Amino acid sequence: MIFRRVSEWPSWNWRGQWEEMEKLRRQMDVLSGGLSGRLFAETSAGVFPLMNMTEDSDHYYVRAELPGIKADVLDISVTGDTLSISGERMILEEKENAKYHRRERESGKFSRIVGLPSQVDTTKVEASTTDGILKVILPKSEAAKPKQITVKGE
Amino acid sequence: MTDTESKALQAKEKAELKSASEDTKPGPTFAPSVDIFETEEALTLLADLPGVNAKDLNIDLKEGVLTLSSDAVTQEGSEEVDVFREYQTGKYYRKFNLSDVIDQSKIEAELKEGVLRLHLPKIEAAAPRKIEVKAG
Repeated sequence: MIFRRVSEWPSWNWRGQWEEMEKLRRQMDVLSGGLSGRLFAETSAGVFPLMNMTEDSDHYYVRAELPGIKADVLDISVTGDTLSISGERMILEEKENAKYHRRERESGKFSRIVGLPSQVDTTKVEASTTDGILKVILPKSEAAKPKQITVKGE
Repeated sequence: MTDTESKALQAKEKAELKSASEDTKPGPTFAPSVDIFETEEALTLLADLPGVNAKDLNIDLKEGVLTLSSDAVTQEGSEEVDVFREYQTGKYYRKFNLSDVIDQSKIEAELKEGVLRLHLPKIEAAAPRKIEVKAG
């Protein structure tokens, strides 16, 4: 039997619980992904736009595929550890006499908030779009950066 | 003119293609979402190809078959490690049989913000030709 005191839970708040759930789900996805032979298990939050987050030692990178969305209609804001992106994808109506054979591209509004794994330096966040990909670069705050500790020999 | 109603966009996974033939390069292939519409003069195709730039995109029209394809583009830098991944990246591939005869010399393609706009003008209807059958 596992006994764990409440105080030992990693951050006892709603986000902490959410992250625990996410982690569990991700692990299950990895399991099922492994069975079906997929290289990457996708963990979709089911909210548009789908995002990929990566990190290196100094930054988090958030990317989303937003084809045909101009940078100026995107509304991006960052607090210490959340990133919110909202906007609207508009598809212009073509000429009136145009007869549609296929209409698979969708338009509409979207809004999404993602929790970041740690605090970021909100003053240095950069966002850009290239070829329909939004890329947000979030520098980790000093406290969240990994520190190289040198061991002194005597 | 824009769409008057503005609904909320739903997240949609990219449609992965399972082709009968095998690729030599590994990695998933996706079918891009397209809009196709036709007017008297032309057929226009719009395709969502996020992450693809003009030099990676191949458009081929041969014997009435239009093929769109692109190589895999990596969006991430080599130093980056995944935190979470909701969408995958890979190649794009889609093929269409065109029912109209297209004027190959007047095709225009433009790729902007990850959206391809392909303008395929139809060949002007040939003047009606009467074929006389000679009695032998």
